[in-house]
Amino acid sequence: MSANATTLPTSDTGVARRRAWDWAIEKFIYLSSLVAIAIIALIFLFVGREALPVLTSPKVHEEVTLSTMFLSQNYGTSEAPLPYVWQPVGVHPKYSVMPLLLGSLKATLIAMLFSAPLAILAAIYTTEFAPRWLREIIKPVIEMLAGIPSVVLGFFALIVLATVLQDLFDLEYRLNAINAGIALGLAVIPIVYTICEDALTAVPRSYRNASLALGASPWQTAWKVVLPSALPGVFAGIVLGFGRAIGETMIVLMASGNAAITSWNFAEPVRTLSASIAAELGEVVFGSPHYHVLFFLGVMLFVITFTVNWIGTIAVSRLRKRLAGADR
Amino acid sequence: MKSRFADRIFVALCLFAVLVVIAMLAAVLGNITYYGWDRLSWEFISASPTHGMTAGGIFPAIYGTVLLVLLMTIFVVPLGVCVAIYFSEYADRSSRLYRWTRAAVDNLAGVPSIVFGLFGLGFFVQFVGGGVDKLFFGGNLTFRQPAILWASLTMAVLTLPVVIVSVEETLRAVPQSFRDASYALGATKSQTIFRVVLPNAMSGVLTGGILAVSRGAGEVAPILFVGAAYFLPHLPTKLNDQFMELGYHVFVLSTQSPDVEATKPLLYSTVFVLLALTFLLNSVAVAIRARLRVTAGSGR
Amino acid sequence: MTVPGPRNDFPLLKTQVRTATDAAHGSADLSKRMETQQVNIYYGKRHAVQDVSIPFYKNLITAIIGPSGCGKSTLLRAMNRMNDAIPGYRIEGQVLLDGQEIHTPGTDVITLRRRVGMVFQQPNPFPKSIYDNVAFGLRVNGLVKSRAELDERVEKALRSAALWDEVKDRLNRNALQLSGGEQQRICIARALAVQPEVLLMDEPASALDPVSTAKIEELMFELKKDYTIVIVTHNMQQAARVSDFTAFLLSGQLIEFNPTPQLFTRPADPRTEAYITGRFG
Repeated sequence: MSANATTLPTSDTGVARRRAWDWAIEKFIYLSSLVAIAIIALIFLFVGREALPVLTSPKVHEEVTLSTMFLSQNYGTSEAPLPYVWQPVGVHPKYSVMPLLLGSLKATLIAMLFSAPLAILAAIYTTEFAPRWLREIIKPVIEMLAGIPSVVLGFFALIVLATVLQDLFDLEYRLNAINAGIALGLAVIPIVYTICEDALTAVPRSYRNASLALGASPWQTAWKVVLPSALPGVFAGIVLGFGRAIGETMIVLMASGNAAITSWNFAEPVRTLSASIAAELGEVVFGSPHYHVLFFLGVMLFVITFTVNWIGTIAVSRLRKRLAGADR
Repeated sequence: MKSRFADRIFVALCLFAVLVVIAMLAAVLGNITYYGWDRLSWEFISASPTHGMTAGGIFPAIYGTVLLVLLMTIFVVPLGVCVAIYFSEYADRSSRLYRWTRAAVDNLAGVPSIVFGLFGLGFFVQFVGGGVDKLFFGGNLTFRQPAILWASLTMAVLTLPVVIVSVEETLRAVPQSFRDASYALGATKSQTIFRVVLPNAMSGVLTGGILAVSRGAGEVAPILFVGAAYFLPHLPTKLNDQFMELGYHVFVLSTQSPDVEATKPLLYSTVFVLLALTFLLNSVAVAIRARLRVTAGSGR
Repeated sequence: MTVPGPRNDFPLLKTQVRTATDAAHGSADLSKRMETQQVNIYYGKRHAVQDVSIPFYKNLITAIIGPSGCGKSTLLRAMNRMNDAIPGYRIEGQVLLDGQEIHTPGTDVITLRRRVGMVFQQPNPFPKSIYDNVAFGLRVNGLVKSRAELDERVEKALRSAALWDEVKDRLNRNALQLSGGEQQRICIARALAVQPEVLLMDEPASALDPVSTAKIEELMFELKKDYTIVIVTHNMQQAARVSDFTAFLLSGQLIEFNPTPQLFTRPADPRTEAYITGRFG
């Protein structure tokens, strides 16, 4: 730079003020991103804070400890024949979490068994075989299904579906895991479908053309070429659907019967983690051991869904790398 | 031609899956419309419930829902727009702040709705409400209880990712040439964003807001303990009032009504109104998105 | 309107010849509005512009020509610091506006960009009304205080862009509804509204049809009276028609800088001759 070059002297009037505004707005925007981080951190913090006494408070430990929640207990009374009982309200409160975990699992399992095949097959049909006019119908159908509030699905399951199922299969209980599971499945279908459809349409046209040129039929192409390529996406869809189903509250609260039964009979009522929180939080005494246990259930739920989603993302990227490598 | 036959079976199976899905949607919508349409009338929408929820209307629930989502929108849209602007216009992709904010928003989207309810109770009602009471009301119980303010804040937190995703998408779609032209005229970055980029992305703000409202009107778990009530003698007028709400009303009527058969007509109609409202909102959002996609294309 | 050019526009030719002669005799009333001195520009490892020194004389049109990728747009964009945001961008040497370096840390880029305006290759009016487009720079820079003054400045800018009569009755219409040529003139009006001293034009007519191109070129002759214009173009005939001085860039290097008639009739460098006779493009 030559010695006698000087800076542009005068700025226009008001530039300093505009710069000041610009700086302030930039800081404000950065602040908003900090707020977003703060929100999730606060959720961790405050739900965890109210759950912590389950681990640390001696007063709470008089009534419930981790071992009474997770391990089998010998309750020593005739009214509790099984080693896992969730009955926090009563003379001798019992806090075994196992019936609740089992309940969540049962309902979610039914939901996935019901929804995943339907959603995947429907996605395959839409992307590989459907005529244009049908495609234009399916898309809004899925969107409408996704738009139904879960309380409405719960209502439908409670009032209509339960009766249908009970009549159809001669079930003993009207509200049970199957009822809730199917309604959950309805909520999960759009998630699995959308992700699978994205994954299937992302498979390059050239793969299909190559397969067809070799004499394979459209179905063989779909089943043996397209679907395997889209597998990471399909897997992701299933995992995310699972995560959504396990965390869902209103449907199970209304349709599952809310009885904390520990059994593998799917035609019996269940009580899920989420529904327990919803059903009992309104009646606990603030600060009581029961109150803290409910928050602890919330933490468990949070951890489970977080882990499931995390596994899903990791597995997807691993699968993607593996498939990409194989294709080269 | 055995393989061709097997082929047809498999394709038919897939088609069957599609038809099952369509049929189930039709069953749900049909059943609700059939039983819910009956009771629908102007009186239903404008009157209060009477006779132990077996007659009258659901106006207070509609009012409460509208008030809830209105307050929620005031909180969630500005914050969502700011975070979206950060992602699209300011963020350095390799910076820690960007990665953490991204992670925060993604995780927020995955939190189960009942956990939001716990958060609303533990943080907003107990912590913030308690603090407000201590600071402003001398310890008197004013805000440390279920209130529409806390419910709308809880809903705002739940729907934040929806707004962010929608706005960020449209911000990124604004052509770089507009920004270039603005900078070349001597505009500052914030002037460019707020006078050129954001106005061009209003469709995203709109759809994001509408989708958030649709979610907010439909989710019940977060507001179970943070403000919703089954029957209130008067409409909410203050920020610390409780409120009736459509979804919550459906829930309570379904599960805790003393005489299910008597309240069924009211219940069905309430569900119908809730469903119709949700679908209307979603359709409007989709329509806006589609229409603005068309005009953006033709403008080039 | 006939298309102006050296062969059938005698007044222009006379001006050009006189300017060139004066320059040659060093007695020209030529002052440098802007200047690059030994400018080197790097994008990461790529040396896009190598040691380029060009004067841009006041109230004259200087064209920068050369094949694609020779660095002419990069050089142009360095002059209003539009390259600053590009990652890996680095500039050495000096770029002077009225003798003052524009790349010092203390330089106010906002004022620089108001003083050195730019028109882009693809017309890019904002999706706003014609009025709001032209008024944008004025509003954003806080240059006017009243609506009346704003109206006046918008009218003046549109007149300078030879567009006022055409659009004065539809100022509220969306600018995107105009034709390509009209849109580009809106962009010119928009740039002129803030009263810059220099106007940088990056292939302003390459996306336009011949009639619009002719109108833009005509406009440039008018604008020359009040502004210093630098135009980058890959259209040699356009450079020959329109400019007073021409710089020929090849692979980032300045091959030749001369008064336009001279460069096009008696190029000093064989590479220049090869380019202008179309031996490579």
